[in-house]
Amino acid sequence: MKKSLAFLEISRMIITILIALLIGYIFLLFSTKNVSEALKWFLYGPLSNQRRFVEFLNNSVPIMLTGLALSLVFQAQVFNIGAEGCLFFGGFGAMLVALKFPQIQLVHLIVTLFAAAVFGAAWAFVPAFLKVRWKASELVSSLMMNYIAYLLVLFLVNNYFRDKAAGALVSYRFPQTAWLATLTRYRLNSGFFIAVSAAILIGFLLYFTKYGYQIRVVGANKKFGFYSGINVGLTVFWVQLLAGALAGLAGGVELAAMYRRFVWQSLPGYGFDGIIVAILARNNPFLVIPSALFIAYLRVGANIMSRMTGLAPEVVVVIQSVMILLITAEALLDRFKKKLIEREAMRNE
Amino acid sequence: MSNFALNFADPAFWYSVLRVSTPLLFAVMAALVSSVAGSINIGIEGMMLMAAFWGNVIGAFARNPWVGLLAGVASAVAMALLLAFSHLKLRVNLVIAGVALNLFASGFTVFMLFALTGEKGTSASLGAQPIPRLDIPLLRNVPFLGKVLNNHNALTYIALISVFVVDYLIRKTPLGMRMRAVGENPDAATSVGVSVLRIRYLSLVLSGLFAGLAGVFLSMGYVSWFARDMTNGRGFIALAAQALGGKSAILGALGALLFGIAEATGFTLQSLRIPSEITNMIPFILTLIVLVIYARTRVKSHSRIQEI
Repeated sequence: MKKSLAFLEISRMIITILIALLIGYIFLLFSTKNVSEALKWFLYGPLSNQRRFVEFLNNSVPIMLTGLALSLVFQAQVFNIGAEGCLFFGGFGAMLVALKFPQIQLVHLIVTLFAAAVFGAAWAFVPAFLKVRWKASELVSSLMMNYIAYLLVLFLVNNYFRDKAAGALVSYRFPQTAWLATLTRYRLNSGFFIAVSAAILIGFLLYFTKYGYQIRVVGANKKFGFYSGINVGLTVFWVQLLAGALAGLAGGVELAAMYRRFVWQSLPGYGFDGIIVAILARNNPFLVIPSALFIAYLRVGANIMSRMTGLAPEVVVVIQSVMILLITAEALLDRFKKKLIEREAMRNE
Repeated sequence: MSNFALNFADPAFWYSVLRVSTPLLFAVMAALVSSVAGSINIGIEGMMLMAAFWGNVIGAFARNPWVGLLAGVASAVAMALLLAFSHLKLRVNLVIAGVALNLFASGFTVFMLFALTGEKGTSASLGAQPIPRLDIPLLRNVPFLGKVLNNHNALTYIALISVFVVDYLIRKTPLGMRMRAVGENPDAATSVGVSVLRIRYLSLVLSGLFAGLAGVFLSMGYVSWFARDMTNGRGFIALAAQALGGKSAILGALGALLFGIAEATGFTLQSLRIPSEITNMIPFILTLIVLVIYARTRVKSHSRIQEI
């Protein structure tokens, strides 16, 4: 029974992905004459050479961490989608420590990344506190915090940390002690290993510890959690802070490894990509790893397609949103599920 | 600072308050009609964006702003139908469906903009057809009020009227009563023969209609081009303003005007050389404050009921 249900789940996932890609195909059909060329680069691009393959791995790093953050809050049925703001503010925290405390040498990188996590958690504190103290909707407040983070950080960076010698609007360069290493000559972000181990760690926390169990119980049924003695408010509070820290870390890792400056002049969108990563992974931290890789593959494929054919890579956003809808559609394939359960019940009689 | 105080006595300030409040008024009505029937429409932002895009583009191609208006509103209603279908038929979580819709609109509009104009920033090159302003002779000569109320975009007047229409709809009509019943207790509504499904579909479609008007105003009145992600959080601000007003259209509209005042004050502060990043933050911070005030009063009034 369990096996056939899992089979159903997998076939559902495959159908979803196929439908989403089909819709993407239709979009391409309308916008270019050379669809097969575009499709080739889209689907096969990230594997076409080593540099692109590394680009694909690098792209998965920030969304793996934000996906992890969102899978945590979604597990607790908390709709805090402020990962974007936490990431932005976390990136700012990393920049602050990297630029302001160059005298700590040996542990400079660690302190920098730690600061990113702390700043991210601090940003998540506001919606978490408002939710637990006054039951203010975390969805609206976390969205507002995204905009506020964006404007505040932009103001601070452009006015106080701007490198006037650089051609673009970017901060001063981080000192070398705060660089996160990039490997091989194609610059593989070593944050990839941080993200993967974080996923395993959070997965372990969620499925093998008391705290993780509390989070899942609160998510499944708040009242049951309350009456079995779990402090629901506290759980909802901490889970958001932890998620904020992960999202902040994503910002720190991305800046310390890939750019070594604060470079964002608009929200990079990793926090929103994290939503689809978490949903695709069914909020399971272990599954966040393949899920983030999959989304990164689509992303990079779309970018390569855009570079090779001149089409807009935004088609991938359309594909992603269709996937969100279909994957979370509980009624999809419901009839098959029912039939399966019925047949199984008959057999057992 | 005395300049700043004088500002509130200036009719031009209140004129601009009405101007910036227009999309919020529509969006608050969109939030209201869906929430009255018990569904939170997170997708307002995306519906607005879609309407802003199609309104501007179709209006430019047809050389007629009203055709654009219709196309824009129709696209938002189509989005609302998609939201209703995924939530009510496919049983997608309403919040997730809304978020997906917003993502979709954001990607889709940029993709289409690029496909149609070859540009990714704005649609300015299309040469849009803005919706005309109305010069009302009756208002023209009234001191102060004339300067505040006259010569607005036609949609601004429609927005003001629609507040009262929605108020009447919700409080006085049978449909409004059914919507409230479905929102408050779907089981009770079902037991007296009201189709919950139909009412929810209808309220989401109505919500799409208002979101569409809000979006069309942005690209055909507020400015006369479409820019990527030009809604800039207004759909979410509207959700907060609606929460402030509860089930009342009038209070919700006052909430929208409050945000309009915040935004217009921001413009004034910018002219006093306060950085735009800081002044642009005002509506978002105000939303947070309002959210807390609203939640606090709600918690107090329910304090005797054990809420977890």
